[in-house]
Amino acid sequence: MTQLPAHTDKKLGLVIDLDTCVGCHACVISCKGWNTENYGAPLSDQDPYGAAPSGTFLNRVHSYEMQPDHGAAQLAHFPKSCLHCEDAPCVTVCPTGASYKRVEDGIVLVNESDCIGCGLCAWACPYGARELDAAEGVMKKCTLCVDRIYNENLAPEDREPACVRTCPAGARHFGDLGDPDSAVSQLVDRRGGMDLMPEQGTRPVNKYLPPRPKDRLHETDVLAPFLAPVAEDPKGFFAWLDKTLEKR
Amino acid sequence: MHPAPSVIVFTTFSGLGFGLLVFLGLGYPAVSGWSAFAFFMIAYLCAVGGLMASTFHLGRPERALKAFTQWRSSWLSREAWCAVAALLTMSLYAAALVFWDTRIAALGWIGAALSLSTVATTSMIYAQLKTVPRWHSPATPALFLACALAGGALLAGQVTWAIWLLSVAGAVQLAAWIIGDSAFTRSGTTMATATGLGSIGSVRAFEPPHTGTNYLLREFVHVVGRRHRTKLRIIAIGLMAIVPIACLLVPFSHWLAGLAVLSHVGGVLTARWLFFAEAEHVVGLYYGKR
Repeated sequence: MTQLPAHTDKKLGLVIDLDTCVGCHACVISCKGWNTENYGAPLSDQDPYGAAPSGTFLNRVHSYEMQPDHGAAQLAHFPKSCLHCEDAPCVTVCPTGASYKRVEDGIVLVNESDCIGCGLCAWACPYGARELDAAEGVMKKCTLCVDRIYNENLAPEDREPACVRTCPAGARHFGDLGDPDSAVSQLVDRRGGMDLMPEQGTRPVNKYLPPRPKDRLHETDVLAPFLAPVAEDPKGFFAWLDKTLEKR
Repeated sequence: MHPAPSVIVFTTFSGLGFGLLVFLGLGYPAVSGWSAFAFFMIAYLCAVGGLMASTFHLGRPERALKAFTQWRSSWLSREAWCAVAALLTMSLYAAALVFWDTRIAALGWIGAALSLSTVATTSMIYAQLKTVPRWHSPATPALFLACALAGGALLAGQVTWAIWLLSVAGAVQLAAWIIGDSAFTRSGTTMATATGLGSIGSVRAFEPPHTGTNYLLREFVHVVGRRHRTKLRIIAIGLMAIVPIACLLVPFSHWLAGLAVLSHVGGVLTARWLFFAEAEHVVGLYYGKR
């Protein structure tokens, strides 16, 4: 059913630490690997070894530069996947009922055998979390590794999403954001976890932890203002060296 | 947004077809027998042809029937129901007119209402999307309904109605452009809200996730067409409203009426191309594009 449940028992989701993420893209690769080999249609690539490769990914890492009014610019690596929104607009637009939000844990999933590939859910998602697979013709999205987190064939420490399991920096956390006492909820409280595009009214479950403020270096050296400037037009040996090196 | 030909053809021709069905359902022109057959033939070719074109953009068209199941929440599903109900009702109404020279007025009114609802549901598919601020406005249904009624009046040969409705459609189109041009800014969604990093400083996309393109960029970030937007808008409004009105204002001739229809269709196709090409999806912000 593409009507959203009024209440979900749990709100499983991710907490992504933008302070810790080093931008290695390991989560992108492990996500692609797990989700190509397991639940649903594989994540296809088009022209993978050619001049214009392109493919389906459920998780992509952007990098942004923030330039404050004063001081040095700061860089943040920004992994982005489905936020498993409480008011998921992708679910209600679906004409076939293929998209749904689970009552038991709040995960947003696509039933691929019902999907007609109309693409409307991807249009409705503000985050670019859904991609239509060019080979299969159905919509692909993050499943929160639903085939890992309840999988009793896996060792207990592996029962978390592939991206969380693989992150070498510990920048990704998985848990129940509906439970105020869970580790992830407390982390969000402590670090001021935020929603992406709150004005879109989607109420995302996934939260992002903002980068911590950087130290400020006010002056390079107290003596710097008294140092003589470097000669603009060299003479003698340096003039010859300068001229010689100018020639190629 | 990517201006896919299948969706442009679909919205233009199904709008025209259902617009004509509205007038036929109301009894304008009062046709029967073979002339009724010709009118209904044109309406069904446009409406059904448009609906068929829309299935070409589906990844799995063989499952299209499943789109009837979610009418409680999905405008796309409601559109499917309205379209089928309108076409079935109007086929009964048309059969009575063509074969028995009988006009079942009530059936025609219901069919006209269903035809108009189909156009309204189509427009709501776009108007409901908060992610495309240009579309997320009452101007979108107003535009689709005005275009469908104007085109319908023109095809139905209702000269007086057509002149008025074409003027309205032209005015609504102008208003939609003016309102739409500031919609993205008014929506309040920026790179700062998209990334949540605005409190640190002005945000700039430093590196995209991949060196190549992807589905999101192909589908949602279409910059090429906007370069010529002013020229295309003049062409669209001229062909869609001004030329047909001029053709209808001079003494009637079939040649000029034909020219008016061709010009109107060309104008609506251009305007629909712009409708998609000019629409900016908020996901572009994550890529530092719009």
